[in-house]
Amino acid sequence: MIKEMTCVVCPNGCLLQVEYEKQGDQVAIQRITGNLCKRGLEYARQEMVSPRRTIASSILVEGGSMPLVSVRTSGPIPKAMIFPVMAEIRKCSVKAPVQAGTVLIPNVLDLGVDIIATRTVE
Amino acid sequence: MGMGQDNLNKVNQVMEASVVIVGGGPAGLAAAVRLYDRGVTDLLILERENKLGGILKQCIHDGFGLTRFGESLSGPEYADRFIQEVKQRNIRFITDTTVIQITPDHDVYAAHRDGLLHVRARAVILAMGCRERTRGALAIPGTRPAGVLTAGVAQAYMNLQNRMPGKKIVILGSGDIGLIMARRLTLEGAHVLGVFEINPIPSGLPRNIQQCLNDYGIPLFLSHTVTDIRGTDRLQEVVVSKVDEKLQPLAGTEKVYACDTLILSVGLIPENELTIGAGAELCPQTGGAYVDEWYQTTVPGLFAAGNVLHVHDLVDFVSLEAETMAEGVVRYLNGALPNASIALRCGKNIGHTVPQKISGTENVVVTLRVRAPQKDAEIVIRQGKAMVARKRVRNALPANMIEIHLLKDQLTGGQDLEVSVND
Ligand SMILES: Cc1cc2nc3c(=O)[nH]c(=O)nc-3n(C[C@H](O)[C@H](O)[C@H](O)COP(=O)(O)OP(=O)(O)OC[C@H]3O[C@@H](n4cnc5c(N)ncnc54)[C@H](O)[C@@H]3O)c2cc1C
Ligand code: SF4
Repeated sequence: MIKEMTCVVCPNGCLLQVEYEKQGDQVAIQRITGNLCKRGLEYARQEMVSPRRTIASSILVEGGSMPLVSVRTSGPIPKAMIFPVMAEIRKCSVKAPVQAGTVLIPNVLDLGVDIIATRTVE
Repeated sequence: MGMGQDNLNKVNQVMEASVVIVGGGPAGLAAAVRLYDRGVTDLLILERENKLGGILKQCIHDGFGLTRFGESLSGPEYADRFIQEVKQRNIRFITDTTVIQITPDHDVYAAHRDGLLHVRARAVILAMGCRERTRGALAIPGTRPAGVLTAGVAQAYMNLQNRMPGKKIVILGSGDIGLIMARRLTLEGAHVLGVFEINPIPSGLPRNIQQCLNDYGIPLFLSHTVTDIRGTDRLQEVVVSKVDEKLQPLAGTEKVYACDTLILSVGLIPENELTIGAGAELCPQTGGAYVDEWYQTTVPGLFAAGNVLHVHDLVDFVSLEAETMAEGVVRYLNGALPNASIALRCGKNIGHTVPQKISGTENVVVTLRVRAPQKDAEIVIRQGKAMVARKRVRNALPANMIEIHLLKDQLTGGQDLEVSVND
């Protein structure tokens, strides 16, 4: 079987063709083509097993020069966990000042990924 | 905005600088750092807003910096790296200051809280970015209720002011900012009914179609447009129609979508009032200035880079372009730049090129966009009958900016060049 997918790792957005066989619950990948670099291979493999994404949002700041501090996940999380993680982000609020790079929610939902500030709010 | 003699008399502060940079976004910042490092330290950045960083301040999603820094940063993080570089070098900048006029001999006039500022410079860099096309530019019929806004404005509301634009959303246009907002709104709990694009192909990048729409099951309707907007105070519904090959709405295909918000993501236009005012010629294809390989406009000593020159989808390339331009500015300050008299013409399936003319004395990276999608495209530059550069692109899309290297040794003389896509 062949599955087409767009690699989202970088803006080239290569259109990948993944040739695979279904063996019970498992997929056995035979060939991946269309990738311009090897990160595309890793992406396609991950996508066939369990798609992951990084997400960006913002968290309320009390007493800051701006009402929000932008945040992102420190790495990709399983797609199915996107909305549960968003719910955690929405529950959170922090006090100014916040330094860019600060971990605001460590190991969110035990996923091994942190929610980090991407901006400094004084 | 022009400036009358009356205003000129009110000038209450006169300054001097080797180079004035208009706009403190990624293009202006990268240019400043590079100029400083090349020994041009007498710089002044003028920025309209209260902070440096430009449009990136509101782009909180990640995907910036992959080319430049090898990591995926959010917009504010990317901008901050350059802001820190500017601050470390003590490069002068003034915020809350809007440049209102630039003269052909490098006099820059700007309005700020305390009055008018007049800067005499030896060279001026245009780095004003772009603005979004609005409803007025599209002429959609219907009422004028609240709830119709551009994607960039929606982005600023959500990411800077913590205001949700609405709950039931229709997006017109498949530009990248609209796609990014479709995802952002969905993550924040709004219901995005669909993205409607008048053209038969999406205008945003394939990766944004995937990660912003497909990932969340948001439908994309190609060859569709909004033909009516209804609502008295607040938007209540929009009418969407299919269009034919000439992009004309087809009668009988109307569908009504109840929604409280219509977001427009229908294109960006370089912001060039100042450029025109300074006497520089604009290129009809890019909407930005007509430039040579040093990004010098048709006015000597007036340079442009970033979205003010042509709309970029990737800030990494904005930074690179601004740095290349800075090298040109340095050469200009050290004596005139060679005359650029070889024009680049757009041939088959080429939408535009930057630069539009070159001197032939340098190796040049030509940036271009194709007009229509083409698989296995071979992009060629010809000078008369000779092929002087070529590049294969597996999947050439109008959404992707393409670079092609043109080596000076390949040139066969001073004849004009034609850029085209081979079948
Ligand atoms: C909404 C949006 C979303 C984007 N998303 C992405 C993305 O996901 N990934 C990516 O890599 N790229 C993205 N881009 C592209 C990238 O961010 C831009 O290419 C980049 O910011 C352009 O930099 P710039 O310096 O040319 O313009 P800008 O960032 O727009 O900066 C221009 C600056 O000039 C100032 N200015 C304008 N006029 C005047 C004046 N008269 N006087 C003084 N100052 C003035 C403005 O206030 C602004 O600060 C996006 C662009 C937009 C518009
Ligand atoms: S395969 Fe490599 S070059 Fe292509 S989109 Fe993925 S990361 Fe980018």
